[in-house]
Amino acid sequence: MENLYSLAAHRLKELMVKGEAAPSAILDQVFSRIEKFDPKIKAFVLANKEKAKRSVNNPTKLKGKLAGIPVLMKDNICVKDEVTTCASRILAGFKPPYDATVVKKLEEEGAVLIGKANMDEFAFGSSCETSCYGPTKNPWDITRIPGGSSGGSAAAVSADETILALGSDTGGSIRQPAALCGVVGLKPTYGRVSRYGLIAFASSLDQIGPITKDTEDAALLLSVIAGYDEMDSTSVDLPVPDYTKALSKDVKGLRIGVPKEYFIEGLDKEIEAGVKAAIELLRSLGAKVHKISLPHTEYAVGTYYIVATAEASSNLARFDGVQYAFRAGNSRDMIDMYIKTRSQGFGDEAKRRILLGTYCLSTGYYDAYYLKAQKVRTKIREDFDKAFKECDCIITPTSPTPAFKIGEKMNDPLSMYLSDIYTIPANLAGLPAMSIPCGFSKSGLPIGMQILAKAFDEETIFRAAYTFEQYTEFHTKKPKL
Amino acid sequence: MISYIKMKTIDDKTVKHVAHLARLELSDKELKLYSAQLASILSYISKLNEIDTANVPPTSHALTTLKNVFRKDILRKSLETDEAIKNAPASEGDFFKVPQIIESTDRVQDEGK
Repeated sequence: MENLYSLAAHRLKELMVKGEAAPSAILDQVFSRIEKFDPKIKAFVLANKEKAKRSVNNPTKLKGKLAGIPVLMKDNICVKDEVTTCASRILAGFKPPYDATVVKKLEEEGAVLIGKANMDEFAFGSSCETSCYGPTKNPWDITRIPGGSSGGSAAAVSADETILALGSDTGGSIRQPAALCGVVGLKPTYGRVSRYGLIAFASSLDQIGPITKDTEDAALLLSVIAGYDEMDSTSVDLPVPDYTKALSKDVKGLRIGVPKEYFIEGLDKEIEAGVKAAIELLRSLGAKVHKISLPHTEYAVGTYYIVATAEASSNLARFDGVQYAFRAGNSRDMIDMYIKTRSQGFGDEAKRRILLGTYCLSTGYYDAYYLKAQKVRTKIREDFDKAFKECDCIITPTSPTPAFKIGEKMNDPLSMYLSDIYTIPANLAGLPAMSIPCGFSKSGLPIGMQILAKAFDEETIFRAAYTFEQYTEFHTKKPKL
Repeated sequence: MISYIKMKTIDDKTVKHVAHLARLELSDKELKLYSAQLASILSYISKLNEIDTANVPPTSHALTTLKNVFRKDILRKSLETDEAIKNAPASEGDFFKVPQIIESTDRVQDEGK
């Protein structure tokens, strides 16, 4: 029999129905993986074995779509009374007094929460290196980064240290690590999943989404976490389909758009070849491939780093030593306490982004930066509106390069920011986008392709991705640990 | 690797001012590093000026149909006070406890600016 830890949730569900797998056995296997490999990978900042065991031993809890399935939370998702830090010193020891809506929904469907995943501090980064706990390693090559900011979630799924994981995506933080770790990662449409209890980075861009071993699991997990929530006024009141019904092995007549602006200098040749081969496969299965143009693509990164840092500087103003766990000592007065707490509590990248965001919002610069970026954001959105008149989905590379070396970009923030060049536009436009494995480099590093669709049309993404997976085996490959 | 040296840096005084607005204190080393890095990022961002946005409305969020959201004004249960303050580094009774506020550093610094 196959090892339970290596299986997708939908396979484990089948086995449990047949009585061939028990939740306690799945949990034991997953924790033995964590104990064996996490000292090397460092995907977890908290592994809560006792709590997880209590859940699987409680038959009243083990009911629902995810009954008995282990799930890992990114460390910016609030779990009641469980330390939640955003991998930042400034939240060291913070225990939220409430559960995020996604946590409630998961527990209502019987999922077993096993712990918290490492991330870039406050989700500021593309490599998981800005974490106050130190970097997570890529399971395919531990000298390399797993991507970020949801690097812990993606590495844990890839290393079979969990079955499912949740990440959050503000500019690519689910999709880029999924691509670099060889797993599936979906950023849902803005408003599809409640952000209540997600510690805010950039409120107009943030979205929680699944990181999984295959497309079917992503559909299953999205079906559980999606939906309107009165606690998040930006969640949208639309019915939630059973996304697993969209998993048809058929792309006949599907119109795929391929934007020329995404296949440019700076794109790794092996990634280009991998993604083009994937598009060719879908064409051979009956999809129609259209060349399209998204002319404002080159302005997306600049727009993003104004909008995202402006919103972040405002959201992070609340961390001042008054309400949350950390306060610096020896202050003369209130302002001095704010300054000392923030200067000691925030890491380097957080400070850089707070400074940039504060600058863009400050008197005299607001129109030139923030307002300008919001206008360019409109142009980027309009590009997609036009493109989706000609196609049903868009396929691009997820990341311009495979996983880079730990430390390689840490002294060059701009070069780090450019690693999100292909993922940022979907956040600015609020569109759903998913990364799935579509190949490997000669050196054995995973390659991901990104599929985007119209707002609230995750089903088309699942259809294309699921069909691709039925004809390929990239998503079944495992790293040698 | 982008060379920061050739680029015009936003001056240290501006970065210092912004840091103060953000309630951050920078060491001399941080000030130099961030000034150079921010200058490089801002120079990249200035690319946006290539686009004519004279008649373009701004997008503040992607949900174009969403306007103000109101809930019914009904009294309902909220977090208990002790739950709400349990993470505070200092509290007294039902209150967050903070250091002295009056005659604070801020006024002195703002006046001296």
